[in-house]
Amino acid sequence: RDTSGSFYEFQASPSSEQGGHRTVYPVKTSLSLLPRLFTSYPQTKTYFPHFDLHHGSAQMHAHGAKVVSAIGDAVKNIDNIKSALSKLSELHAYILRVDPVNFKLLSHCLLVTVAAHFPAEFTAEAHAAWDKFLSIVSSVLTEKYR
Amino acid sequence: MVNWSAEEKHIISAIWAKIDIEEVGAAALTRLLVVYPWTQRYFSNFGNLSSPTAIEGNPRVKNHGKKVLTSFGEAVKNLDNVKATFDKLSQLHSDKLHVDPQNFRLLGDNLIIVLAATLGKDFTSEAQAAWQKLVGVVAAALSRNYH
Repeated sequence: RDTSGSFYEFQASPSSEQGGHRTVYPVKTSLSLLPRLFTSYPQTKTYFPHFDLHHGSAQMHAHGAKVVSAIGDAVKNIDNIKSALSKLSELHAYILRVDPVNFKLLSHCLLVTVAAHFPAEFTAEAHAAWDKFLSIVSSVLTEKYR
Repeated sequence: MVNWSAEEKHIISAIWAKIDIEEVGAAALTRLLVVYPWTQRYFSNFGNLSSPTAIEGNPRVKNHGKKVLTSFGEAVKNLDNVKATFDKLSQLHSDKLHVDPQNFRLLGDNLIIVLAATLGKDFTSEAQAAWQKLVGVVAAALSRNYH
């Protein structure tokens, strides 16, 4: 719990005022997450035929930010991930239907991204906590599949 | 035979030349044992593995990590012939060590995470992709002689 929380504080930069709402979004990690996934595991691109997948595309950045933000919600509700991600779980089960194998791939890329940006903080224990947390998030997102 | 682009070969050897084998090897094995504690089943004679701190400080873990990564280096030096390079080691892991090949994949991914922590932004998407391919090839070569 402690390690997951403080990572999201590290990641929360910069913050910006947007139409009166304060948006704090994890820039560093969201920028490279999807490029890493698509470069190491090109088969994952099959879920995004409608996207501009060139390096630096606004669509990719926005989507990476969305994913990281949702994971942030799970961090904030770490004792009730099921309920925090309930709508997303339905979305993945009935609409997106991303094969479960891909959650492992994305989780791995997220860990690589975090390790690259926060090497000092990403100790073996932090790594263990994050791996466990992401595997729980993955099972919540796939639990309504059948 | 595996097809390596010139770029992939360059990325792999450049990174290999940069890293401290002893340090990275120890870190990768440490993380395996900490993040996936069930992997400790193969190291019952390694002494104290009772906590992340114990594992991190364990000299047998450090030595073995160095040994494993040094051996991995044979793949780096023989990218066009990884299968043959690990022929005997594959047999050893299957017949004597009885290691579930899934562990090759776990250790490979852990190695990549350690490389990311070591190299930071220099561990680009392209660098990761080349190394993912390498750890996959090594895992396949080590699994090849199981029966």
